[in-house]
Amino acid sequence: MKKYMKWSATLTLMLALVAVGVTACAPETIIEEGSIYYVGALFSTTGAASNLGVPEENTVNMMVDQINDAGGINGHTLEVIVYNDETNTEKCVTLASKLIEQDEVLAIIGPTTSGNSLAIIDTVTTAEIPLVSCAATIGIVQPVEDRYWIFKTPQSDKEAITEIYTYLEEKANITKIALITATSGYGTTGRGILIADAPDYGLTVVDDKTFAEGDTSMQSQLTHIGGTDAEAVVCWATDKESAAVAKDMQTLQMAIPLYCSHGIANQAFIDAAGDAANGVIFPAGKLLIVDELPDSDPQKEVLIEYRDDYEALYGNGTINTFGGHAYDSLKMVVMALEGIDNGITLSEARAAVRDGLEGITNFVGVSGVFTMSPTNHLGMAPGSLVMYEIVDGEWTWLK
Amino acid sequence: MSADQFLQYLVSGLTQGSIYALIGLGFTIIYAVTRIINFAQGEFVMIGGMLSFTLACSTGIPLVPALLLSVFIAAAVGAIMYLLAIRTARKASVISLIIITIGVAIFIRGIAAVLWGVDFVRPPYFTGDESISFLGAYIHPQALWIIGTTLVVTILLHLFLTRTMVGKALKACAINPRASGLVGINTRAMALIAFAIAAALGGIGGVVMAPLTLTSYNVGVMLGLKGFVAASIGGFKSPVAAVIGGIMLGIIESLAVGLDWGPFTSAYKDVIALVVLLLILLIRSGRLAAEEAG
Repeated sequence: MKKYMKWSATLTLMLALVAVGVTACAPETIIEEGSIYYVGALFSTTGAASNLGVPEENTVNMMVDQINDAGGINGHTLEVIVYNDETNTEKCVTLASKLIEQDEVLAIIGPTTSGNSLAIIDTVTTAEIPLVSCAATIGIVQPVEDRYWIFKTPQSDKEAITEIYTYLEEKANITKIALITATSGYGTTGRGILIADAPDYGLTVVDDKTFAEGDTSMQSQLTHIGGTDAEAVVCWATDKESAAVAKDMQTLQMAIPLYCSHGIANQAFIDAAGDAANGVIFPAGKLLIVDELPDSDPQKEVLIEYRDDYEALYGNGTINTFGGHAYDSLKMVVMALEGIDNGITLSEARAAVRDGLEGITNFVGVSGVFTMSPTNHLGMAPGSLVMYEIVDGEWTWLK
Repeated sequence: MSADQFLQYLVSGLTQGSIYALIGLGFTIIYAVTRIINFAQGEFVMIGGMLSFTLACSTGIPLVPALLLSVFIAAAVGAIMYLLAIRTARKASVISLIIITIGVAIFIRGIAAVLWGVDFVRPPYFTGDESISFLGAYIHPQALWIIGTTLVVTILLHLFLTRTMVGKALKACAINPRASGLVGINTRAMALIAFAIAAALGGIGGVVMAPLTLTSYNVGVMLGLKGFVAASIGGFKSPVAAVIGGIMLGIIESLAVGLDWGPFTSAYKDVIALVVLLLILLIRSGRLAAEEAG
């Protein structure tokens, strides 16, 4: 036993020495003319968020081919190393380190989910590498002083709630609302903003009910809401939970309208809620109604091009807004890469990419129009979302 | 709270409670015969629900045979689980066997995720989607199916345990396994039957609830937990007690949301259920200690 311990101690020491030697002796990679630009991507292409991660990966693969066919970036070929985090937080953190240490990428796009994005913030901040997240929660880029290296592209809860409240105040003339939210991270964040912002739009929250993550019946909460004078129900939850709310409202024959979050913008919600989905109102990106947009809309051209390219490659009707988050993230990283010089070290290049991202102005993307600044790492202009109503099982734009 | 609202809370609670009761029944049967708490019970519910969706929506099988086949396959999975995972480890302590059931649950969930993917699905309703008005409260037709199924299954199970030879043998094993073995009852066969019945009960639950509650590969975790609470309230003693426990739990949860005074906001719905469980366990362990001392 003692012998083995001695051996293992020696071995550990040797390995440690080798490791120190390698890091100490390795000269830092220099960006040379015509070298390959490596960018990392962390997507959840399997697991719970796979219906978000798969279109993100598809989008990135499509864009890399397009960029390289057009001659690359300033003569450099672009290569995006995509890893699947399996919607698993620990896995995601490990893969982030791998991208930084082994693959020596210049920037990372993704992760797909809010939880995974928050989990790798420390890793990328310590390593001083820019991250452009594809996830929703505003906490990813706030407080901005702690998020020097972090950016994100999807609309957050705040934008979605602003859109709903503006609609309630100006179009629907509703003043009394009841909230029903999940006790998950997503639901709790949404509930906080819903309560805080209501007075700004002349809205009174007359009932505030919650349900546990994964609950399948919300009848009791809705019965309570039915006993108040609420003129509309606002629900902040996943598509499955929102479908259960819609179903239970139908069962209880409640006549007031249901407003949901941008999280329900997929076919699964309609399939699950069936008839009860009709009449549900929610905000989402413009991708789904792009043909109806007026020509004056700044995003129209980008949206049509993205949709047509994507559907030509992956089939008609496969387009969804989640792939658009990856489109915006990679596009912005490429714009930043266009601004870096040859002959600088890897860490200087990473810092230059970060500065480039922060300097982006009026970039017209799939999710919105972005202007980054040192105080705003989302930088999305208002008007990026539109309101939809589900009519006969189809999304219809509420112009 | 108006009278209409109160009735609605009862109706909603009864529906949820019936679901918990059906799952609690499975826990009770296996525990009674083998002293094992089967944490894979929720997975049988998931198997029943997911299979009914696959069979009824993706194959040409009509609804009724699809439902029966789903329950049958769930029962077969239960029997196979006993033969492969429990019987082979029969010399292990009960605690080890319980831990094995947790492993089986994780295994089944993994297979289901690969087989069916991670999206949630909704099998067809048995009889329509128009809610029925009842003295000012509303109830979904599928909820009537759930409540009715729970009632019928409980009665049939009770008759089976008290009126048939196999049922009586199962009860004998529950009361005293060693003595049952001595009088010639094959206790291993009884354990196999208990697992198959419990899995069939889970499958039945999955099949009737899935159209209303939706189902996906991971619904078994939460449902298993609620069924466990139901069985605990019932004392793991008799099927009827488990059913009463489940329905109590459902109604307490529903009223807890409706009461809405002081600390009893809807956020604490699950807490209230667990407090009830704790109280019952405390009272019962006190009584057990008294019995031992006396």
